[in-house]
Amino acid sequence: MQVKLALPKGRLLRPTGTILQESGLELSGYDEQSRSYRPQCTNFPDLFLKIFNERDIPIQVAVGNYDLGICGQDWVEELLSKYGSSAVVKVKDLGYGKRDLCVAAGRAARITSIDDLKTRTETIRIATEYPNMAELFALNLRLRRFSIFPLWGGAEIYPPESADLALISLTPDTLLNYGLLPLTSILCSSTFLIAHRRSWESKDMGFLLDRLCTAAKMEEPGSEGSKRVVDSTKKPSSLPTQQDSALWLALPDGHQQEPTLEFLEKAGIKVSYCAQEPRRPSINLEGVCIKVIRPQDMPLQVANGNFDLAITGEDWLYDHLYRFPSSPAKKILSLGYGKVRIVSVVSKKLPFNSPEDFRVPLRKQSLSTLRIASEYINIADRYARDNHLSPYRLLPTWGASEAFLPEDADMLIENTQTGRTIAQHNLKIIDTLFESSACLIGSARTVSNESRQKRIDKFIEILRQTVEKN
Amino acid sequence: METQRCKGSKDLLHEDMARFRHVEKAFRSCCLQWGYKEIRTPTLEYLHLFTSTGTLTPNMLSRVYSFLDWDGWSGERVVLRPDSTIPAARLYIENLLQDNLAKLFYVEDIFSFEETGKESRERWQCGAEMMGSANPSADVELILLALETLAQLGISEVKLYLSHAGLIRALLHEVGLAPSEQSRLFDRIMDGDTTAVLQRLMAEKPELRDTLSLLFELKGDSPGFLQNLRASLLEVFPKLEANIDDFIVITQLLKDLGRNYQIDMASGKGFEYYTGVLFQFRIGEKRLGGGGRYNDLIPLMGGGDIPASGFALDVDQLMSLTRSWEDTTPSILIRNDDNTGKNESLPFEIAGLLRRVGGAADLDQGYTGETKHRWILSIRGSKGKSAFLLTDQLSGKATELDSTSEVLGILQVANASKTSPS
Repeated sequence: MQVKLALPKGRLLRPTGTILQESGLELSGYDEQSRSYRPQCTNFPDLFLKIFNERDIPIQVAVGNYDLGICGQDWVEELLSKYGSSAVVKVKDLGYGKRDLCVAAGRAARITSIDDLKTRTETIRIATEYPNMAELFALNLRLRRFSIFPLWGGAEIYPPESADLALISLTPDTLLNYGLLPLTSILCSSTFLIAHRRSWESKDMGFLLDRLCTAAKMEEPGSEGSKRVVDSTKKPSSLPTQQDSALWLALPDGHQQEPTLEFLEKAGIKVSYCAQEPRRPSINLEGVCIKVIRPQDMPLQVANGNFDLAITGEDWLYDHLYRFPSSPAKKILSLGYGKVRIVSVVSKKLPFNSPEDFRVPLRKQSLSTLRIASEYINIADRYARDNHLSPYRLLPTWGASEAFLPEDADMLIENTQTGRTIAQHNLKIIDTLFESSACLIGSARTVSNESRQKRIDKFIEILRQTVEKN
Repeated sequence: METQRCKGSKDLLHEDMARFRHVEKAFRSCCLQWGYKEIRTPTLEYLHLFTSTGTLTPNMLSRVYSFLDWDGWSGERVVLRPDSTIPAARLYIENLLQDNLAKLFYVEDIFSFEETGKESRERWQCGAEMMGSANPSADVELILLALETLAQLGISEVKLYLSHAGLIRALLHEVGLAPSEQSRLFDRIMDGDTTAVLQRLMAEKPELRDTLSLLFELKGDSPGFLQNLRASLLEVFPKLEANIDDFIVITQLLKDLGRNYQIDMASGKGFEYYTGVLFQFRIGEKRLGGGGRYNDLIPLMGGGDIPASGFALDVDQLMSLTRSWEDTTPSILIRNDDNTGKNESLPFEIAGLLRRVGGAADLDQGYTGETKHRWILSIRGSKGKSAFLLTDQLSGKATELDSTSEVLGILQVANASKTSPS
């Protein structure tokens, strides 16, 4: 009988690989160099393995696509805190990959304890990758008025200017700086083995569970104890002296970082990174403050007025605007680099070559529901509606999206530069939704501070001239 | 494609709607007769209206149906109304504060998120709120209004259960628990978990076992019970005096009005915002509704020191218990049997005539099988036959008639003898 196990990529890949090897599984393809999402187990051919972003794993197990999964308990609790009756069984704490989920406040917010929060009458802004747990925290604390800003990452950078609190995950060796003050820990998380409830009740998975549990015992955590260094007294060096007149600029992290710096260099703008505060670099423009955040989070942050300008991709701006049509976030300038196509992708094995080809099987119910996986969940939603692909179900993903096809999704809405990666995974492009490149975004709302507005206008003008020169 | 209802939702078919309207009509009629004014609040409200301490318990908040609306970039969430009292209090603060006293009622649906879909996510309720009166007789008025509605619907053997949130709150305070623990235990009691809380209190404060046992484990049916309790309770907790005296006044007034009830402090299930008397209406284990006093809610929402109390009845329960309701099927069916095509307008004209004299006429556009109409009027076109055939489905008697005035005549006679066509 086949057993399907979902494995994590990223930080848990190496220790999980060790545990699996110690369990006696002979694996190939589960290492950082492998480009495949389907590791092979040579001594247990009935074991089907697939690699996901660990955030996707509890959902994949809950919906029954996988019998077992290995991921951080934090993502399991993020699911269960909102959907308590999800079909996820927490089987065993595997003991490694520890981290704390911690609520921290910016020192400038003048919040020094949980009790301080309860007395606040104004809206408390909470930035986090864990929106469900953040909401539960706020409700249980009986916060009168709060806003949750779901993020793709880097929540620790948001307070004090852009959020009052951040719910962040801290690994034992995290250096908590940025002037953050930890208020409380809401979860001590480590890596968990989880199971789909029905598989647990009805499927014999003993051969694997015994081995995993024995190996996990051998791998007792010792050196991973709490050795976190908290240096919350350190103040960020780039906080402006006159905050009202400062221009707040968001620059992207990840693969967009390098081309963005090159573009700014061409414009005569030099951004200098400091190892201690990599998310708060300095800039050779007076009165301009920078934070480095995920490009996915920028439109929401600009709409909220937390940043005046941001450099992101048009894809993420459209994804935001499709969800919030009246958002004040708008494109100011196309910057011309970082070009990608947003495409719809299916397995090469499918006889469909356009979105229209799905309509007949959906109508005749030979395909009961079209499962569309995407990081661009709002673009995918609109695409399905515009193409009359009903009924459809959206599967939000957090990376490694190609892994979903063909077993766990029928269609993928993804970005691609050359199409090579898509082809390598035995997938084919059946439609191009639009082309996207890096762009400067800002808010449609006017800024009341005159000198800040001048700085914004000047910055836009510098970038505009650079685009025209190129 | 298989069509499916959303999980936890249900359809109301025509018979259900007839029952629903019957319940609604009885409730509206009672409320209007008692001087209450109808309101309707929006289905969508901001989440923060329900989040602060003193509104909904954390258990209820965890089941709120919330989502980002089009302005969601601000992080502000909206909810499908999980409760009607809080929106009614908001409405009062926004619009009626200058009136001081407001007697309001509504028929509204409330929503609670439930994953499995086994429980209903949308429930309709009939509710009444009195804002601006701290008088115990206001609580009694609301209880009587609810009982009168139930009586109007012919629902008998309703039991009234009384408890007192103020007394429970004061007791938890006097026991010496930390404020957060007091709130937590009070919320658990309001979630219906009184037994576990009582065990917990007794374990922690064994010296209070007898007193707590007297208060929570014994039940009474007269103000005398509370007078007896008063003596022993105040000896240990003198600060409970105001609350128990308030409770005694209410029970005395109900007794004077000849109303029966059971005083059961363990029946105090309700909302976190309750501060005074709590009442519930039940038939057996079936809870029909309930309410209570909530003097802190409007102050908490920034509306000033306005006391209030109210109740809500569960429409689903009332519908299931209502034996007779008005059948809204029109009692005459007009059928055009003339195949010549000459008399296409005649059914409309006759139906119009009948409606003008107060009847309800249903044109047959293709019914198959038997129908529930009392009368069937067939319009005939063949030569040598009378123009109309009127059949009384009750008696099976068929009468041939030549003119519409003859048809009207028979129906009016039937109407006069209380066999009205409508």
